[in-house]
Amino acid sequence: MLEINDLIKQFDQPGGGQLTVLDIPQYSLGAGEQAALIGESGGGKTTLLHLIAGLLSATSGSIRVDNLELTQLSEAGRDRFRAATVGYVFQTFNLLPAFSAIENVQLGMAFGGRSVDPTRAAELLGRVGLADRADYRPSQLSVGQQQRVAIARSLAGRPKLLLADEPTANVDPSSAESVLDLILQACRQEDIALLMVTHSVEVAQRFTRVDRLEQINRAFAVQS
Amino acid sequence: MPLLFIAWRNFCYRALSSFLTTLSLTLGVALVVVVLSIYGIITEAFVRNASVGCNLVVGPKGSALQLTLNSVYYLSQPIENLPFTTYMEFFPAERRAAMVEKYGGDPALGERDGKYAAYVGGGFAIPLALGDYFGEYRVVGTTTDFFERLRHGPEVDQPFSFEAGRPFVEYHPEHEVFEAVLGSRVAATMGLSVGDTMNPTHGDPEGKGHGQGFHVVGIMDPTGTPNDRAVFVNLEGFYLLEGHAKPVDTEALIAPPERGNSPGEIPADIDLLTIPEREVTSILVQNRPRMFAVPLQNMINESVQAQAAAPVGEINKLMSMFVGPITKALLAITAITCFVAAVGVLVAIYNSMNDRRRDIAIMRALGARRDSVTVIILLESLIIAVLGGLIGWLLAHLAIYASGGYIEAQTGVQISLWSLSENEIYLLPLVLLLSLIAGLVPALSAYRTDVGTNLSA
Repeated sequence: MLEINDLIKQFDQPGGGQLTVLDIPQYSLGAGEQAALIGESGGGKTTLLHLIAGLLSATSGSIRVDNLELTQLSEAGRDRFRAATVGYVFQTFNLLPAFSAIENVQLGMAFGGRSVDPTRAAELLGRVGLADRADYRPSQLSVGQQQRVAIARSLAGRPKLLLADEPTANVDPSSAESVLDLILQACRQEDIALLMVTHSVEVAQRFTRVDRLEQINRAFAVQS
Repeated sequence: MPLLFIAWRNFCYRALSSFLTTLSLTLGVALVVVVLSIYGIITEAFVRNASVGCNLVVGPKGSALQLTLNSVYYLSQPIENLPFTTYMEFFPAERRAAMVEKYGGDPALGERDGKYAAYVGGGFAIPLALGDYFGEYRVVGTTTDFFERLRHGPEVDQPFSFEAGRPFVEYHPEHEVFEAVLGSRVAATMGLSVGDTMNPTHGDPEGKGHGQGFHVVGIMDPTGTPNDRAVFVNLEGFYLLEGHAKPVDTEALIAPPERGNSPGEIPADIDLLTIPEREVTSILVQNRPRMFAVPLQNMINESVQAQAAAPVGEINKLMSMFVGPITKALLAITAITCFVAAVGVLVAIYNSMNDRRRDIAIMRALGARRDSVTVIILLESLIIAVLGGLIGWLLAHLAIYASGGYIEAQTGVQISLWSLSENEIYLLPLVLLLSLIAGLVPALSAYRTDVGTNLSA
């Protein structure tokens, strides 16, 4: 599902020169596989997810997702790829405040030339336990409820790969547990590969496969 | 999910900002529509006022426009006067002889046809004598032909009707030759009604009052023409006012009048002015067939004393001279108002961009293309333009429609809710275009939004 080879991501530094944030010789994830990628804050976890989602371009190297070489795709191609293949759960939920819960879920299938399936949106909202909150705005939902809506939205487009960026970091411990359960269960049910980045050992312990970013990222060794 | 729906949701979410921006555009559009409509009403009022039922105005040599303004619009000052004999030139020998017999004058005048008589054909020539005032309103000395022959209205086919009373008659046993008819506005503002007496002042509104009063016998219905603000008096009575008789050459040949005493005829014991003592300020001429108007106008203009002007032509010249530039100024105001409103749209949406960069980044993360988020911002701008444009247009028309009674009373122009003024149909497309252009700046900002930075923010 995911195959990374010789991936390098550099950013321009304000004082000139370039900072290498990621230098990953090889990393892969099988179809339907679930992995936690643990790393410290500022270690490049979010950057890696953005690269896999096609939100950022790699400086060099190869990222293949579902047999598509992202580094060869145009920006429009990456947009289509993202809409069709990837689901994304953010640390800060990133729900659109102008839309109701059900509409936020529908937005997950609104782009990339697909048609919105209201039945699936309602079914997903029901699956995360918010069927009765369909018309609520994000500001009317609790933090945990917001993250559950975000999970439903990430699943709306039937992705093959779900990227989760510290999804439990901003919710209370009891909600964190249920959020994690929801993600893991949904990915299992729909055979979605899951890559969750986290700095939490407790969260990582829920996964059978746990990778450490420091171990796969050569740039980390150089920086430290 | 259609992009329009997303744009609409964003519009609704920023309710106060959206409302204020739309309101500003609404008021701008309403202002423009009102200005254009007022211009349209003024133009129509001018044009319909020029359609006074005559196709030529004859007066002394001078400015044709001034002649039209003072004889048709009762504005400006009369140029000079014409001898009564010029008026007689519009009649055949028989009528001329009757005039000599009635008023007294050179019998030779009645021995030939007037030189313009053949051109008048089945039409008419109505004399006007101006120079006196009643308050700020003009007093017009004329004959009963004014009410019997002249027509008004959009098709120039409506006879004058009376809110009260009747038109004056040439002679009334009680009022003799001193009867007056008031235009609707004169009656309303001067507070006169049928049965009252009005005293004209000589020369200007502040001038000395004539001792002789006229009995008000009729008040006209509103016509939407300058006749609403004039007082019409019997020409014979007008002539008899102090200072209105032209000094006569003592050697002039004047046969005394030979009036009988038949009913309705002016009795012989009333001393009417003789023909040499009479003058007219202008003559309203309607000729039949109308094809004779041009040769008649040329013939009169070739004469030594008189000129003939076509009121509609003169007013059109005036319109193109003054109203043309005003139109351009109004259109400039329109464009500036629309531009300012469009800048308001730009500022409002652009200011909201800081708040919504994150939203845009989220949509991009969900698979939205750059051009999709650009279109969403442009659609928001269009929503504001369509709502502001339509509500503003409707508001302006409702306001104009609500003022319809007042406008009709003042100008005679009837207003319907859907009366469109010239250039108005271009307004909405112009507003849409300007708003689209205004939306381009924030849309470009949306296009350039960096997803990574704004998602992490």
